This record gives sequence, structure tokens and C-alpha cells, in this order.
Amino acid sequence: MKSSLHAVRLLLPVVVFAAAILLWEAIVRINDIQPYVLPGPVAVFETLISDWPVLSQSLGVTLLTTLEGFVAAAIGGIVLALLFNQSKWLEYSLFPYAVILQVTPVIAIAPLLLIYLQQQTAVVVCAWIVAFFPVLSNTTLGLNSVDRNLAGLFQLYGATRLQTLAYLKLPAALPFILGGLRIAGGLSLIGAVVAEIAAGTAGAGSGLAFRIAESGYRLNIPRMFAALFLLSVAGIVIYGLLALISHLVLRRWHESALGKES
Amino acid sequence: MAGQASSELDAGSPLAVSLRGVTKIYDSGVAALGPVDLDVKRGEFVSLVGPSGCGKSTALRLIAGLAAPTAGTVGVSRLAAEMRGHHPIGFVFQEPTLMPWASVRENVRLPLKLAHAPTGEADARIDEALAQVGLAEFARAYPRELSGGMKMRVSLARALVTDPDILLMDEPFAALDEITRFRLNNDLLALWRKLHKTVIFVTHSVFESVYLSQRVIVMTARPGRIGAEFHVSATEPRGEEFRTSAEYAAFCRQVSNALAPAYAGHAGA
Repeated sequence: MKSSLHAVRLLLPVVVFAAAILLWEAIVRINDIQPYVLPGPVAVFETLISDWPVLSQSLGVTLLTTLEGFVAAAIGGIVLALLFNQSKWLEYSLFPYAVILQVTPVIAIAPLLLIYLQQQTAVVVCAWIVAFFPVLSNTTLGLNSVDRNLAGLFQLYGATRLQTLAYLKLPAALPFILGGLRIAGGLSLIGAVVAEIAAGTAGAGSGLAFRIAESGYRLNIPRMFAALFLLSVAGIVIYGLLALISHLVLRRWHESALGKES
Repeated sequence: MAGQASSELDAGSPLAVSLRGVTKIYDSGVAALGPVDLDVKRGEFVSLVGPSGCGKSTALRLIAGLAAPTAGTVGVSRLAAEMRGHHPIGFVFQEPTLMPWASVRENVRLPLKLAHAPTGEADARIDEALAQVGLAEFARAYPRELSGGMKMRVSLARALVTDPDILLMDEPFAALDEITRFRLNNDLLALWRKLHKTVIFVTHSVFESVYLSQRVIVMTARPGRIGAEFHVSATEPRGEEFRTSAEYAAFCRQVSNALAPAYAGHAGA
């Protein structure tokens, strides 16, 4: 009974997806819509195959940018949170600026960054700006969520600041940090895409988002769809990977990774 | 005058803990404790009983050095344990207070790891402490896999692993069911007889305090003061017979009567 319910939960989205694809193809064929207006899924798939050399190269560029932005965000967010945790003065001085950086739309910052930085650097910086804040705020929350009695125990046994950090605060914060990284993964892809589009209109670049913009100018709609499809898949894979890592790291002890019955 | 956090007692002194005129007023202005004078002899088992909010946990935290008294002096005999290279105080909290990400063994190892004890020596001491609380087979388990009583035993093993002279216990068995509590009471008494530690045991259970201690100290409500003191001069060793004896019931009645005024002045109790 339970397993059949599980199967239905997995099956239903697949059925919906297949139905939508069929409906889409049917509408395009019945109404004889031209590919430069709306390509059917078959045409998009054909473009994906035929344009694979170009698209795969762009995918590689975008993924690399995303990865660089993500790593920078992870390191930046965690290190900044650790510094804030050690020094209240630092936190009071800098935290408002982290918030300002977060609430200012990155699409508005990107053109400015492109003026002052090399394009590749600017794109990575954009990905970083979007992605680092959830890591920072989640890590800060985690570091402050340490059990009060455990902290007392460390104090009783004369733990140094470094020991308390390494043996108590960081392990306690780990589930929060992993949660922040999961959000940051998707956001760094968004940051990379936004910056590529901003840069693309300036006439350079070769990532997937640039392909979408470029194909738009050329009315190559099937390729726009194909590139969009790849971006979406990339986002899903990034999220899935980070969720898997989080599960593997926490499975021995954290509630979030345990089955409901245990 | 600001109080002093745990000064050293004279090495020749028969006392393990000595409080003199100790008060604690929190920053919020709440007077939690005192003034309190309390002497605990080496090897003595003393219980503090009182209504919630009477400052008994605060007293333990002051003795442990986790907080500083507002006035008065807290004297603790640390030297003997420190001479052996051991930590003088073990603390068992009301909650098991275990690190959920670490195995039982690593949880018990914590005090030794923080003191940079050599691994070989630490391993031997961890084995000993786990055997003392009867958890030798569960060393590799994680806290979430254990029952409430077993988690408390891990917490006790962690307090014992540094071979402290003084064991401070803050309502350690309050959240357990009665049968488990009785068993842990018996095991704790057996350990105390064997290891000759000084135990200061905070509880709100009159029955538990009389069963365990040589001396029961009844505290009054906020700010906590010592209201009455009873020497439980029962025959040793105590066991299930003592728990059902008329002698035990008489002691419990005495302590309950002394405790009643504290509750009478306690709104909503």
C-alpha cells in the first residue's frame, strides 16, 4: 500500500510531463505553426542533437562559471560567518553590507561589473554575489544554534576557542551550512546566467545564456528552447547532487536525513 | 563586591566544596540564590531539594565555575585531581547533552580530547568509564539509537571519564520513567560506594534525595536559601529493602514537611 503510493508520487509528474509534451507537439502540428514562432518538442530535440557541438561547449562554459561562483560563495559565506562569529565588531560593521549586496538586484549590478572587470571575472563575481548570502546567513544561524548545555560543558573542560569551533560549533552548524549550499547551487547558476545575458548584449561570451540571447536575435527559436532545456537540466542536476551530498554527510545522525519511522 | 569564581580550598581541608555567603543576581535583576553557606565533605553524597526556580541549578553552575557569584566565595578542592592530571569536576546535566553527530565513544572521549590526553591512555579510560555505567557494548552506537536511560548513562560516563573528585548532577534522572530512574539510582549508589566521589545531586524529588544521600538540603523559593538540613542515617548499603522500609518513609515525611512552606509561598505550585 505504502510502496504503491510512493510509485504514484513518482509516476504522476512523469505522466504530466509526457502529456504536456504530447499536447505541445499536437498543437504545433494541428495548427501548422512555423518553427520560428513555436517549435514542437520534436524539433527542439532535433536541434539539441544537431547543435550539440555548439550547445555542449556553451554548457561547459556556463557550468564552469557556476562552479567557480559556487565555490567562491561557499568559501566566502562560510569564512565570513566564522569571522562574524568570532568578532561581534566585525559582524556589526560588515553584515549590513552583505544584506545590501543581497537585496540589490544582480541584473542591475552586472552591467557595472562588466565595465570594471574582465568579462569572465565579472560573470563569476555575479554568481558569487547572488549565491554567498544564503551560505553566510545559514552558517551564522547554525553557529548560533549550539546547545547551551553543550557549550557549558566545553567551558567546564576549559576548551579553547579553536576547540569549541572545531568540535562543537562547526559540527552543530553543518546541517545549516549544507542547507545554505543547496540554495547557493541553484542561485549561482542564476547569477551566471544573468551576468552572461548582460555581457552577451555587450557582444561577447559563449555560455548557454549568451546562446539564448544570440539565438533570439537570429530568430533561431528551436535553439533557444534547446539551450533553455539544458539550463533547466543543469539546475536540476546541481540541486540533486547537493541534496545527495547533504544526505550522505548527515545520514548517521541528523533528523532531516533519517527515515520518519526511526 | 563581586564574588570570586571557585577559589582553591586548602589541600589539607576535609572539605570538597565550600560556599561562603554566596549570592547570585542575574543581569535581569532576578535574585536567584542566597546568601548561602554550604560545606560538603570529601566523599559525601549531598542532595539539594527545592521547588523549581529555587536556585539549586544555579548553585551547581557556580560550583562548576560556569558562572560567577554576585557576592561571596566558592571554594572547590581541585588540587588532588589536578595533581593526577585529571579534571576535578564532572557535570551531568538535566538533559543528556550529547553531541548527536558523534558516537557514544567519541562523546565520552570529549573531556579527554579537550585536555589533549594521549590516545592510548584515553582509550583505556573510555573503556573503563563505559564499563562502569554498563554501556561497553554500545560504544559505537549514536545517541539517537539509545533510550533515554542509556543516554543518561553515556552522560554519566562522560562525567566519570576524567576521574573527577567531585560529581555535580543537575536533576539528571528527572525525565526518565520510574523503573529506569530506580535502576539508575541503584547504579549511581553502587558507583559512589566504589569510587568514593563527592556527589552534589540536585533534584525536585524528595524520594530520590532521601534514597540517595547522606545529607538532604531543603532550599526555599526565590531567592534560594537553605531552609533545612537532614542527615539520612540509614544503614548502608541501601537497596530495594530500604526503599520500602518505614525508616525511609519517615525520612521522606520529614523532608516533605520541611519543603511544604517553600511551595506554600510559591504561586501556582
